[in-house]
Amino acid sequence: MEALDGNAIAGQLYVHYRVEMTTAAGTCAHCGTRARIAELRVYNRGPGAVGRCPSCERVVMVVVDLRGHTRVHMDGFRLAEPPESFTTR
Amino acid sequence: MATVRELIDETPRCRSIRLEPAEWPGHRAGQHLDVRLTAEDGYQAQRSYSIASAPEDEGLVLTVERLEDGEVSPYLVDELRPGDELELRGPIGGYFVWEDSAAGPVMLVAGGSGIVPFRAMLRHRAAADRGVVPRLLYSSRSVADLIYREELTDLAASQGVDISFTLTREAPEAWPGHHGRVDRRLLADVAWPSQDRPLVFVCGPSAFVETVAQGLVANGHAPDRIRTERFGPTGT
Repeated sequence: MEALDGNAIAGQLYVHYRVEMTTAAGTCAHCGTRARIAELRVYNRGPGAVGRCPSCERVVMVVVDLRGHTRVHMDGFRLAEPPESFTTR
Repeated sequence: MATVRELIDETPRCRSIRLEPAEWPGHRAGQHLDVRLTAEDGYQAQRSYSIASAPEDEGLVLTVERLEDGEVSPYLVDELRPGDELELRGPIGGYFVWEDSAAGPVMLVAGGSGIVPFRAMLRHRAAADRGVVPRLLYSSRSVADLIYREELTDLAASQGVDISFTLTREAPEAWPGHHGRVDRRLLADVAWPSQDRPLVFVCGPSAFVETVAQGLVANGHAPDRIRTERFGPTGT
């Protein structure tokens, strides 16, 4: 299955955080690679979407729509820089 | 909600939908939105589509490609009629956007319907009538599959946008453009040189974006100057 990228979960993240999140940057908790959320490899053909580190490919984020609510687990991704919308708009 | 105002056939597989949203906060060139369809039994399907219109255009335009096994695109391309209503969420995304303030050379690389967000960017730039002149490389299966062909040709003439087409399957005999898939050599031929540190946007199917991004890096482009947006069967 081909990976998409973090742009594919931008809508769900917006619903959850109420702010455009794809320009936020963080580091992979497994290998330390720094990436923007838009640069994560996203697999979303399952019941939820899984975001993987673009370098080590380990899972850093899980996004699930459950009974009308979007849940985001971001244990593997340490946010280091706020999204651009925080700083420029 | 948004009301369908006009439908325009772009190619045998693509249709543009001009919408009039009840409320719209405005968007930035390159952003996308989510369309949600609800069946009579309550089943819902949602897909993301790039916005094809510039922020200053009247109405909001999506260009949708029909996927034969798709849940949403066959309805949007074949069934939708003027006056119908669509449920929208957006605008979405802040990474794959064209900023007025973008300085330095810009390169756009599109595969198939990956041209859609670039139409918004090129129209936006033409409306602003300032800033850098972008270069565009557009890969398509055939001439018949080229979306916005006339408009792009006009932009090339009036705005000085340097546009290169490449056809991967059928090309007419006298085709003046390139043939074959985008590879390192073609990128080196048509893209701004890596020493100029161009900002490069790449949009298309996953495999296309992967090949182009790797080719750009192999040609010396800095990964942090390459912005990508991939779409796949669930995203189109």
